[in-house]
Amino acid sequence: MKILVPVKRVVDYNVKVRVKADQSGVELTNIKMSMNPFDEISIEEAIKLREAGVATEIIAVSIGVTQCQETLRTALAMGADRAILVETVADVQPLAVAKLLKAICEKESPQLVILGKQAIDDDSNQTGQMLAALLDWPQATFASKVTVTSGMAEVMREIDGGMETIEIKLPAIITTDLRLNTPRYATLPNIMKAKKKPLDVMTPETLGVDVTPRLKTLKVVEPPKRKGGVIVTDVAALIDKLKNEAKVI
Amino acid sequence: MSEYNAPLKDMNFLLEHVIGLDEIARLPGCEEVTPDLVSAIFEEAGKFSKEVLAPLNRSGDMEGATITDTVVTTPKGFKDAYQQYIDGGWSLIAGPAEYGGQGLPHLVSTPVSEMLGSANMAFKLCPLLTGGAVEALKSHGSKALQDIFLPKMVAGEWTGTMNLTEPQAGSDLALVRSKAIPQADGTYKISGQKIFITYGEHDFTKNIVHLVLARIEGAPDGVKGISLFIVPKFMVNADGSLGERNDVKCVSIEHKMGIHGSPTCVMAYGDAGGATGYVVGEPNRGIEYMFVMMNAARLGVGLEGVSISERAYQHALVWARERVQGRPVTPVPASFGASPKSVPIIYHPDVKRMLLTMRAYAEATRALTYYTSSCLDIAERSTDEKQRRMSQSLVELLIPIVKGWSTEAGIEVTSLGIQVHGGMGFIEETGAAQYYRDSRISAIYEGTTGIQANDLVGRKVGREGGQTALAWIAEMEKIPPLLLATNDGNLKFVAAQLTASINSARRATEWIVTMWPNNPAAVFAGAVHYLKLMGTVGGGWMMARAALAAATQIKAGEGDGDYLKAKIMTTRFYADHILTMAPSFADALIQGADSVLQMEEALF
Repeated sequence: MKILVPVKRVVDYNVKVRVKADQSGVELTNIKMSMNPFDEISIEEAIKLREAGVATEIIAVSIGVTQCQETLRTALAMGADRAILVETVADVQPLAVAKLLKAICEKESPQLVILGKQAIDDDSNQTGQMLAALLDWPQATFASKVTVTSGMAEVMREIDGGMETIEIKLPAIITTDLRLNTPRYATLPNIMKAKKKPLDVMTPETLGVDVTPRLKTLKVVEPPKRKGGVIVTDVAALIDKLKNEAKVI
Repeated sequence: MSEYNAPLKDMNFLLEHVIGLDEIARLPGCEEVTPDLVSAIFEEAGKFSKEVLAPLNRSGDMEGATITDTVVTTPKGFKDAYQQYIDGGWSLIAGPAEYGGQGLPHLVSTPVSEMLGSANMAFKLCPLLTGGAVEALKSHGSKALQDIFLPKMVAGEWTGTMNLTEPQAGSDLALVRSKAIPQADGTYKISGQKIFITYGEHDFTKNIVHLVLARIEGAPDGVKGISLFIVPKFMVNADGSLGERNDVKCVSIEHKMGIHGSPTCVMAYGDAGGATGYVVGEPNRGIEYMFVMMNAARLGVGLEGVSISERAYQHALVWARERVQGRPVTPVPASFGASPKSVPIIYHPDVKRMLLTMRAYAEATRALTYYTSSCLDIAERSTDEKQRRMSQSLVELLIPIVKGWSTEAGIEVTSLGIQVHGGMGFIEETGAAQYYRDSRISAIYEGTTGIQANDLVGRKVGREGGQTALAWIAEMEKIPPLLLATNDGNLKFVAAQLTASINSARRATEWIVTMWPNNPAAVFAGAVHYLKLMGTVGGGWMMARAALAAATQIKAGEGDGDYLKAKIMTTRFYADHILTMAPSFADALIQGADSVLQMEEALF
C-alpha cells in the first residue's frame, strides 16, 4: 500500500522569530527554514511501516514555493520513495492545503495519509481533520502509537487526561503527536541518493484547486513582555495580591 | 551545557562564493557535487554533530577512557555514537569509491570533519586516523592487502591507527627500533613497543588495523631502513571472517592534559613471540609512505585548530551575552534603561575585541584550510598535468602552514575563551577550560609547530628557491587592487594592511632564499616566525577574498545581509588587529637569528 506524507517548510525551531516592522507577519528573509518537526515524525512512521512490510511506497508532498524542494529532498533522504511539489507563491491556508491534498489522494489512492498534527509556524492543527472531512475518510488524530493490520489501523491517541485507543478502517488519516517516534538522521548515502529520486512539480491550477485565502490576517504582534516579578513579604501579602490585584481567588 | 551550532552559513558561503565549488565540481568524479547537495550534507552532518557528538564532549572529558587489563573502554555514550556515525555512512565520505566510499572531494569532507571536531575532538580522532590509514594503504598497499582491509576500513567497521613513536623515537623517527623478522610465508614477525598510539585499543569495533613502522632484520640504519607494516588486532581469514588474536596489545593508556575521551595507548608488539605483519609496498620505504598518511593527517590536525576555535568562540559568545557586569562606556540599547549600572559584558570594548579576535581567527583558519583542501582536490584529480603539479607544490607549501598556524591560533583562541569568562573560565564546570586543554595537543602531535616550521623553511621554501611561495605571494598581490576598486570604506583599510603584510611575506621569503644555502641555522632560528607570518598573511588574503565576495553580494542585493556585513567587519578587524602583526614576524625572522645562535648552551 501507498502512504502519503505531507511535509511543510517552516521556520526552523531553533530560530527566534521576529515580527515584521509592518506587522503583516513574521520575518522570513534569510531565516533558516526546515521541515516541520511533526512532519519528520510522520515520515519516520511511514518508513517504519514500510520496513515492517506494511507499506510499499512513501510519497512526500509539499505545497508552497520552489524552495520546498529542499524540504522534500530531506524527506527523500530520510527514506521517502518519491516526492510531489505543488508549487505556488500564494499564502496557502489549511483549507486550501486540505483541498490540494484531496486532489492528490484522488490521483494516488494512498491507503494512509500521515500528517503532523500541526505545523510549528501557525499551529493551526486543522489540515488533517479537514482532509478527513473532505475525503470522508476516518481520522485518528494525535497518534502516539500506530499498528496497521489487514485493512485496519489501531491508533493510540493522546487526549486530555490520558490515552485513548481507537480502531479505524483504511483508507484513513492519521495525525502524529510528539511521542510517536524519534525521527532518524538521514544517512550520507541516502542524501546522495535523494538527488536522483523522482520529484514531480505541479500547480494548484493543474489540480483544479482554488487556493484563494479565506482568512485575512489583520495584524501580527509580539506577545507582551513579561513584567518582572515581586517578592512578597509573607503569605498574607500573597493572598491579598491574589485576591485584590490578580483577582483569581 | 554548551551547545554547538555548525557555522553552515560561513561554510556554504566559502565554498560557493569564495573558493569555488563549481571549479571542483568540474573535476573528474566530482560531477555530483552541486551546492544543494553539499548544503544538504552539511545540514545533516551539523545536526548529527550537534545532537549526538556535542552532548558527549564534556562527559567524555570528565570520565575519560579507561583500561582494565589490556581492555580499553571509551567514555559512556562514545561506542553508541560511533555506531551511529557508521550507520549514518559518515565514514564513507572521502573513502575511495572502488572500496565502497562516496569519493567526495576534500572540499566537501573537510567542513564535515570540522563539525565533528568542534562537537567532540576526542571522538573525532578515531575517524581521522582511520582516514589516514586508508590513504596510506590506498596509495602503497598491494591489491591483496587493499582487498582484505579497505572495504571494512572505509566503512568504519574496522578502525586504523598510526604507530610511529617509540620512547626514544619521537620527532626523530630514524631512531625507531621495533623489529620485523621475515617468515617463510612472506609475512613478518613484529616486536617492539610503540607509544602515544591514538585509539590503539578501544571498544568501538571488532577489529583494529595498525600501521606500524619497524626495521626488517639487517636493514640499514636511519630512516632508509624503516618499513611500513599492517598488523591487525585479529587475523583475517580467507573468507573475511576474523581469526586468531594477533600478538599485539595495549599495556597502558596515558594520563593527559586534554582529549581525555581518546585513549592514547602504549602498544606492546610481540610479547608472545611476534605479531604477524604484512609489509606495505616495498621494504625500507616506510617513512616515505608514512608521509603520505601524514600529509592528510597534518591537514586534519590543522583543521582541529579551526574546530576548537569555532567551539570556544560560540561558548564565549553565549557567556558574553548573558553575563551582566559593569557600567557601559558605549551606547547600549534603550531596553537596558536610561543609565544602566551594568550590562552584558559583550557591550564592553575589550570583551568585543576578544570575541572578534576569536571569530576572526576561526574564520581565517577555516578559509585557509578549505582553500588547501580545494588545492588538494585539484592536485589529485585535475586532468591538466601542469595544474596538478602546481597544485601539489602549493599543497605541500600550505600543509605545514595550516597545521602550525591554525593549531597555534586554536591555543590563543581557546585561551581568550577562558579570558572572556573571567574567573569563571578557570572553573572547569563552565566548560571553557576543556577547549584550552584539548587544543594544546594539536600544536604538538603530527609534528610540533617547530617541526612544521622547519619543514616549511627547508623542504618547501629553501630547497626550491622560494619558487612556490613567491608564486603564491604574487597570487595574493592581485587582491588589494580589487579591494580598492569596491570603494568600500572598510575594504580600503583592509587593502592597506593586506598590502603591507604581503610585502612582509615577500621580504621574509626572499631573505630565506638568500640565507638558506649558506646559513640554514639562521633560517631555522626564526622558522616559526615565518610560519606564523605566512599563516597570518594567507588567512588575511582569504578573509579579504571573502569580504570581496560579500561586498559583491551586498551590491547585487543578494544573500544574507547580516552575515555579509559581519564578514566585512570581521575582515576589517582581522586587518587592523591581526595582519598588523605581519611585519613584526618578518623582523623577528630577519633580525632574530643572532640572539638565538650566539647564546651558548652553558649560559642557560
